[in-house]
Amino acid sequence: MNLSMLKSDTKNLNSFIAAGSALIFIGFIDIILSSFFSTNITAFLPNKISYLTPLLFGLFGLYLIRIEFSGNKLLDKVNTNFNSSNFNALLTLLVIFALIKYVPPLLNWFVFDANFAGNTKEDCTSGGACWVFVKVWLNRFVYGLYPDTEQWRINTAFLTLFLLVGASFFVPQKFKKYIIIFLLFVYPIIGLKLISGGDFGLKYVETGAWGGLSLTFIVSAFALILCFPIGTILALGRRSKLPAIRYTSIGFIELWRGVPLITVLFMSAVMFPMFLPDGTYVDKLIRVLIAITLFEAAYMAEVVRGGLQALPKGQYEAAKSLGMGYWKMHFLIILPQALKLVIPGIANTFLALVKDTPLIFVVGLLELAGMVNLAKTNPKWLGMAMEGYVFAGLVFWVICYVMSRYSQNLEKKLKTER
Amino acid sequence: MSKIIELKNVNKWFDKFQALKDINLEVNQQERIVICGPSGSGKSTLIRCINRLEEHQDGQIVVDGKEISENTKDLEKIRAEVGMVFQQFNLFPHLSILDNCTLAPIWVKKMPKKDAEALAMKNLERVQIADQAKKFPGQLSGGQQQRSALARALCMEPKIMLFDEPTSALDPEMIKEVLDAMVDLAKAGMTMIVVTHEMGFAKEVADNMIFMDQGQIVEKAKTKDFFENPKSDRTKLFLSQIL
Repeated sequence: MNLSMLKSDTKNLNSFIAAGSALIFIGFIDIILSSFFSTNITAFLPNKISYLTPLLFGLFGLYLIRIEFSGNKLLDKVNTNFNSSNFNALLTLLVIFALIKYVPPLLNWFVFDANFAGNTKEDCTSGGACWVFVKVWLNRFVYGLYPDTEQWRINTAFLTLFLLVGASFFVPQKFKKYIIIFLLFVYPIIGLKLISGGDFGLKYVETGAWGGLSLTFIVSAFALILCFPIGTILALGRRSKLPAIRYTSIGFIELWRGVPLITVLFMSAVMFPMFLPDGTYVDKLIRVLIAITLFEAAYMAEVVRGGLQALPKGQYEAAKSLGMGYWKMHFLIILPQALKLVIPGIANTFLALVKDTPLIFVVGLLELAGMVNLAKTNPKWLGMAMEGYVFAGLVFWVICYVMSRYSQNLEKKLKTER
Repeated sequence: MSKIIELKNVNKWFDKFQALKDINLEVNQQERIVICGPSGSGKSTLIRCINRLEEHQDGQIVVDGKEISENTKDLEKIRAEVGMVFQQFNLFPHLSILDNCTLAPIWVKKMPKKDAEALAMKNLERVQIADQAKKFPGQLSGGQQQRSALARALCMEPKIMLFDEPTSALDPEMIKEVLDAMVDLAKAGMTMIVVTHEMGFAKEVADNMIFMDQGQIVEKAKTKDFFENPKSDRTKLFLSQIL
């Protein structure tokens, strides 16, 4: 068939637009009918063909309205962006049809058919998501098995942390330094002591009872803060001129990069205590923190090394010619530039770290995903895996998205070259 | 006048390639020396050896009474006394021009911040760039950057200034502003060793000229003699090609 006779010219422009739009409209009606009312305008045709009819209607309609420089702004926009060729028209239709077909059921499950009221599994009757499960278990998801009466300690610890971090953004430059030093070196000890207790009249809570989202935060925060300086030192070590330091760094980095995290965690829990002399005991959580920190530090080292290598030799020479020694040169000139260059890589490693924390289940520590795992096996709540994991996934996504946005802002803020 | 730099039989190899061959050179205080020669002749390597950005393998280099070798403990102190200006400026792009100038005085010389800033502004004034002090290097033209780099080196109050082809990376229009700043510095009595192809500048400020080829000093002479009456054929050839 010669389709060129179906090409419009300025005279019959409007009739082409009308016909095309009508066809597209029929296509949409067809897909909506078949998605929601299990009927079909072309039901008299064989099943397989009738399944494709909305696409055919739509494609032909789009073909008819594909008019260059029609003068109608909206139409021109549609044509250049969604309808520039038959293939693009097909992709556009497929995406729109898929959205029509699959988004409403998803929304139904999430919101409209979901159950929010009630306290037991039996209250979930409507067929949608059973958010009652998340509601009932929320406390456990956040605090793990931490005793209810002591949860104010976790709240206080995190609230102080947020207040301090917030304050560091608003106080004058002079005090900022002290707040950051306090945050990095003093706060972690106070925070951990507050949560673990044992002194000052606080009841001791063993780390096995810690869990949920708060444990996710604790593990991530510690590993993030510690792996960064260690990784930087390793990166410098790997570029050192002294063979002993260089080969130690290389060996360390390659060793940790060569093993899966889950193995490292398992070793830290099972093998490590065997090497300790009798009677000494290192807490499970501490061992896990050290393991994750060293593991991520090895990755961080390679990210930072990438930044170091990207700097021109002239920067080193200029620093040296001004009389700076190794440490001054690196801390004042090289690292500020190198780290700025690799912010995307650092953010990458940090995000991976946060998402690696669920692996601590192998040593019996249950952070958010671990608690979900535990809750779904509760006999009263069987079959709630979907809700639990969707919830955990959303929480992780929010955390990671915030971090990623922050890294992008930081990049913009520190940009001085143009 | 007392000598401040002395090189005796200095040899340097890059792997098997000999970059410097038996270099002997003495520089007195307040003396201005211009080194010229074809590319690859070892001019840059020579002055980079003086503050040990390159290591020499053989011979003796004495700067301000201290020998430079791998055993030098206070290499940083010597470097602090020897200012250097690079072909590619090498300003620190993450710092403002003012911070570029104050960083080393504050951290290396332990100068109070206020004094360092006053000194920096004085030197920026001297190279006529004080109004750009708050800007970042990336916002300045090549000539402005090179003058800032000169000011940065001057802020360490060096006894000797080394210039490694300071105008080679600049547009012709900007060369003059940098050379003017250097002439100014020479008139103030700074000891200078300059690697450059700017023969006009050399004629104006140099006390002595050095011509290098293939890692050797081919000719060293008073500036006037060097241009009017060069002794070696190689020098004559070189001068005929660039003048």
